[in-house]
Amino acid sequence: MMKDIRLTQMTKASGCAAKIGPNILSEVLGKLPKFYDERMLVGIETSDDAAVYKITEDIALIQTLDFFTPVVDDPYIFGQIAAANALSDVYAMGGEPKIALNIVAFPNCLDPSILGEILAGGADKVREAGAVLAGGHSIQDDVPKYGLSVTGFAHPKKLYKNYGCKPEDILILTKPVGSGIVNTAIKGECASDEALKQVLASMTSLNKKAKEVSEKYHIHACTDVTGFGVIGHGREMAAASDVTLELDVHKITYFENAIDYAKMGFVPAGAYNNRKHNERFVEARNIEEHFMDLLYDPQTSGGLLMSVSKEEAESIMEDFEKKHLDTKASVIGQVCKREPDGKYIRLI
Amino acid sequence: MIQVNAIGDNCPIPVIKTKKAIEALTGSELVEVLVDNEVAVQNVTKMAKTLGGSVASERIAEKEFKIRIQIGDVLSVEEEEVACIPDRRENTIIVISSDRMGTGNDELGKILIKGFIFAVTQLDTLPKTMLFYNGGATLTVEGSDSLEDLKHLEAQGVEILTCGTCLNYYGLTEKLAVGSVTNMYSIVEKMAGAGKIVQP
Repeated sequence: MMKDIRLTQMTKASGCAAKIGPNILSEVLGKLPKFYDERMLVGIETSDDAAVYKITEDIALIQTLDFFTPVVDDPYIFGQIAAANALSDVYAMGGEPKIALNIVAFPNCLDPSILGEILAGGADKVREAGAVLAGGHSIQDDVPKYGLSVTGFAHPKKLYKNYGCKPEDILILTKPVGSGIVNTAIKGECASDEALKQVLASMTSLNKKAKEVSEKYHIHACTDVTGFGVIGHGREMAAASDVTLELDVHKITYFENAIDYAKMGFVPAGAYNNRKHNERFVEARNIEEHFMDLLYDPQTSGGLLMSVSKEEAESIMEDFEKKHLDTKASVIGQVCKREPDGKYIRLI
Repeated sequence: MIQVNAIGDNCPIPVIKTKKAIEALTGSELVEVLVDNEVAVQNVTKMAKTLGGSVASERIAEKEFKIRIQIGDVLSVEEEEVACIPDRRENTIIVISSDRMGTGNDELGKILIKGFIFAVTQLDTLPKTMLFYNGGATLTVEGSDSLEDLKHLEAQGVEILTCGTCLNYYGLTEKLAVGSVTNMYSIVEKMAGAGKIVQP
């Protein structure tokens, strides 16, 4: 019975593709009053992954909230993905998640056991992260939504910020790219079993291991790649660091068949929004259309994008290999000095 | 002709419906797809091109687009069919370097440029690309009188490109409302590769 209910059919946009467009957001947020507190280490200004507040010289509190509409039909897997995605913002700041609260919207007409499955998926991921699930809030709504508010901690001096990339740094991404496009193909019942398997494994995977491995190194900048796609999040990082990120489209790891699906037009509306908002910051000469679609593709529960020195890049990649990350990390490009009037992203 | 009605369908349904129709083709039929959003136009176009088709699309109402697809190998067999779906674009580039047309009275110049752009929409053969730079960059942004016409042209496959440096100079970067941003390399490449350049 439960198998017949297709959660993804209850919503138009799913996962991080359901984000409000970046242009609308920046316009609305720009009109809000500015807040100031000297203990606020990371606020809204740098478009970072989470808010960070210094409690003592040794402890910084990281606070984040993330929720979205179903990206898959299986409620348990949806719960896992939404939780992994919300927890990821804490990892992207270099922190350790400690407390999580559920945020839930669910229709009265659906079998409550489906809600139970969603929450069970989320709870399992919170446990895997080593955090505590301590309640939450739910409302009745036609379109199911789920996510977490997460509190984490880090040493104020060891925070990963989304700025600080240095020229000649190597850029590493810890998950493959193209989940929005593969999910669109899944929605159209056109995805291969292998693509489905890969994308589910990646979306439900925590960025915990990748973050733990990276702690031994000097991470110059870090962000997690989600709704604004590789280019959107890369652009924020480049702008905040005043550098140009040179991404090699042929080096980036894409999910199985994602290139085929991009060519077949399984490109979510969010990718077009991202493109519209970011195109002017991107230099792309003779880059094939499907690569552009993949790099603008909104990622649900995507990987960490890290900027590290050339010297450390090789050993961190070896370490990722040794620790058996659930997903494939790859070197996707390098950081270059930004010329006056230069673009933030250069695709080669 | 096979008609696919994907009005009211969101991504990826229009692609799926069209793909099924193309796969079911036995002869040289033309596939005509109706959709109600631009994302669907672009996605169906990508798919049809990947399958080796030639594609033409046009906006027929505020929320209605018609995409016509002819699959590749069929084209070469039945050349007469080609004439039925002329791609209304040829390698002509229209360069708009000012927000007014001609010299003399500025107010008149603005009326003329609006009329010019409207007249472009009525051409039998549409240009491949329209380039906007310097004062022309003010025509592709929010509040421009020519927006509707330019969106109409874009929906039919005309590439609308505005100079990024110019948008930046006028402080209009965030206001771009149609087409995309380009740079000097691209402008030079497009102009050098054009069959014909038209400048009002």
